[in-house]
Amino acid sequence: MVLQSLKNCLWLSCILRTPKASFRSTASGGLIIQSVSNDVYQNLAVEDWIHDHMDLEKQQILFLWRNSPAVVIGRHQNPWQECNLRLLRQKNIKLARRRSGGGTVYHDLGNINLTFFTTRKKYQRMENLKLVVKALKALRPQLDVHVTDRYDILLDKEYKISGTAAKLGRTSAYHHCTLLCNADKFVLSSVLKSPYKGLKSNATPSVPALVKNLFEEDPSLTSEMLLDAIAKEYAAQHQIDHHVTLINPADETLLPGISNKTEELQTWEWVYGKTPKFSISTCLNMAYKDSVLDVKVNMDVKHGKIEVCNIDLPEQWLPPGLYGELVKSLTGSKFCPNETTTLVTTLLRVCPQDDELHSRWSLLCENMIMLM
Amino acid sequence: VCIHRVRSCSSIRFIKSKYVCVFDKSALKFSHQQRLFRTSAVSCGQIVQFKLSDIGEGITEVTVKEWYIKEGDSVSQFDSICEVQSDKASVTITSRYDGVIRKLHYSIDEIAFVGKPLVDIEIDASKGVAPEEDVVETPPMSHEEHTHQEIKGHKTLATPAVRRLAMENNIKLSEVVGTGKDNRILKEDILNYLAKQTGAILPPSPKAEIVPPLRKTEAGPAAPKDKARKIPVPVSRPIVFSGKDKTEPVTGFQKAMVKTMSAALKIPHFGYCDEIDLTQLVQLREELKPLAEIRGVKLSFMPFFIKAASLGLLQYPILNASLDENCQNVTYKASHNIGVAMDTEQGLIVPNVKNVQVCSVFDIAVELNRLQSLGSAGQLGTSDLTGGTFTLSNIGTIGGTYAKPVILPPEVAIGALGKIQVLPRFNGKGEVFKAQIMNVSWSADHRIIDGATMARFSNLWKSYLENPASMLLDLK
Repeated sequence: MVLQSLKNCLWLSCILRTPKASFRSTASGGLIIQSVSNDVYQNLAVEDWIHDHMDLEKQQILFLWRNSPAVVIGRHQNPWQECNLRLLRQKNIKLARRRSGGGTVYHDLGNINLTFFTTRKKYQRMENLKLVVKALKALRPQLDVHVTDRYDILLDKEYKISGTAAKLGRTSAYHHCTLLCNADKFVLSSVLKSPYKGLKSNATPSVPALVKNLFEEDPSLTSEMLLDAIAKEYAAQHQIDHHVTLINPADETLLPGISNKTEELQTWEWVYGKTPKFSISTCLNMAYKDSVLDVKVNMDVKHGKIEVCNIDLPEQWLPPGLYGELVKSLTGSKFCPNETTTLVTTLLRVCPQDDELHSRWSLLCENMIMLM
Repeated sequence: VCIHRVRSCSSIRFIKSKYVCVFDKSALKFSHQQRLFRTSAVSCGQIVQFKLSDIGEGITEVTVKEWYIKEGDSVSQFDSICEVQSDKASVTITSRYDGVIRKLHYSIDEIAFVGKPLVDIEIDASKGVAPEEDVVETPPMSHEEHTHQEIKGHKTLATPAVRRLAMENNIKLSEVVGTGKDNRILKEDILNYLAKQTGAILPPSPKAEIVPPLRKTEAGPAAPKDKARKIPVPVSRPIVFSGKDKTEPVTGFQKAMVKTMSAALKIPHFGYCDEIDLTQLVQLREELKPLAEIRGVKLSFMPFFIKAASLGLLQYPILNASLDENCQNVTYKASHNIGVAMDTEQGLIVPNVKNVQVCSVFDIAVELNRLQSLGSAGQLGTSDLTGGTFTLSNIGTIGGTYAKPVILPPEVAIGALGKIQVLPRFNGKGEVFKAQIMNVSWSADHRIIDGATMARFSNLWKSYLENPASMLLDLK
């Protein structure tokens, strides 16, 4: 694999800017690019950019990328349902929502991502996955890998090593998939397990599967080798030179408008606010003094904000005025621990200065925050 | 098959059709492929049923996941209408027409069928219509040619409305830079092009037209670059600005702030300000910064300000007190939990450092670092944000000299620190020297605190900071 230098970035810049590539160059049928960034938002933004700006009639594109630890949910999924958000925050693992459909995946540097860009008419997931399998078999003929009709790639007919998702626009489309080389399976299984109970929604659910790393099957395999093998096969099938162009997703001159796309992917409104409407019906078990209180909570959350909130507290446990204030403030606010924490602590300033009251308030609020 | 519904008008005129309804017989071999040209009724809007086009891979049904428009909204050709999902693929459906949405055939989470109507759009017939197409397998030639103009070997996308505007103003589309999706030319691009030519903002064309909201504010009249050139006198036309007011409900955190500040307003505030010479402190901090760094801590000025405040509160405990609702009782708080105002994305939050009275300056620095990193990550806990007894606000990091801070109930005092400026001052010998000056603005609850107490506290705090060595005498 020949890695490109700055000179070729200028060449790439020409391709990316000319809407209808009318040049006659060696890269006539396809283009292979690889991101130099491991930031999930920047890489997702590159996908958006190519999808929106590039003309894929004359050439298709293969985009190779890897991310530092991140959980990526599908366009129409519910992050509370799909992963352990508390653990993500603790471990500083990013959460991203991609624009394609499908289920939730965990990315780290031991996982590679492949995106196949074509025109809408040439959208063909099965062919792409067969290409990947062919590349794997060319690299290690003894590998037992095949594509299922759910567009997964299985190892030894049992273990999922790749998941797929796709996005179709008016004129262009992309199909991307993961490939597990040497990801941290322990972190993967712990972050993809949701602790939140009582959620009811029509969001797309993920289908859990047994996974395995290719590295476990053959320790001589590395991510670099896999990337190279896939690039080689793509080049062969598209009759282009086997070389990979590096791109920097932070380069605004190469990809004008990319920083806006990157920013948008990180906004709360996109990551959490695009969650389809859902409801929570659960019971808080609050240990207070010598007893345990069972408090039923019912909430409706739309666009990531609390639409309706009902907390079934024992009578007079909190002064009714204060309970009313709490519910009124929560209604319309984000279903977010940080927003709720600042909200309830600010409200406490205007409560009567009573230690007993304060401790009850704190107990209730901390339990409520745990739901988020 | 598309259903045409021509609304009955009071005066039906005989229309010379420019276009004719045609079924391309050869195309009937492909199940969904039709090429239709619509009759243009001059005075009536036609309702067209926009069908869900093929997704590919033999998929016949999808789930509607999100609508980007609602009934009554105006749409332009190529605007996104909705998002549907099928088997891990998310598909953005875009409009084929300019018009007004009259009916949504599905609600969220319903199954929609390929080939069946998705939305009904009322087309503004005066603008003309793009031919209809259902894209299935690769057709022999691209249907989209009818909406493009071949320009310089590049195809330029522009909706019929935009092309008309260009034509009316004698503009060649090839000379206009398109800023829309796929480089298409938008109405703003034409307007910007025109504004550059005449140096004036143009009003929309007199015919009733759907004006999509502008993505950027219209450019002002271009400054005359070449004064020698004759600037054409613009014809008097009304200046058009299509920005709209945006009203949002006050929710969440903002709501809570409204309550707190309304309560704060009930406290009779008085202010007291002074100037502090931090020359010695600046030097001291320079010396101590590397020591703190070795221990892994960033040392700012705040730990000194906080510790000095706590030493002052030991002498004037009424500033660390709380007045009950009925102003019957004053509670002197034992702990000095000094709040530090922080500016975050959400707005103002005030976490506090607990028990400053038993903390060293270094301990305070460590705790501040912890609170600052949690604050910027949006992960402060309830205990960090409650229990404060006194607050300092370092607004000077952003700017300003004197301020009028608002007391945060249930506290009774607050101090706002301005920025440190280098100013000339006189020393004891009457010489001018370079001094590092910072202003402090205190506010206190005049129901239980009087001016003299505040002044004495401030003087004590000031003396600790102007002569940091004196803090050593009183450190506990």
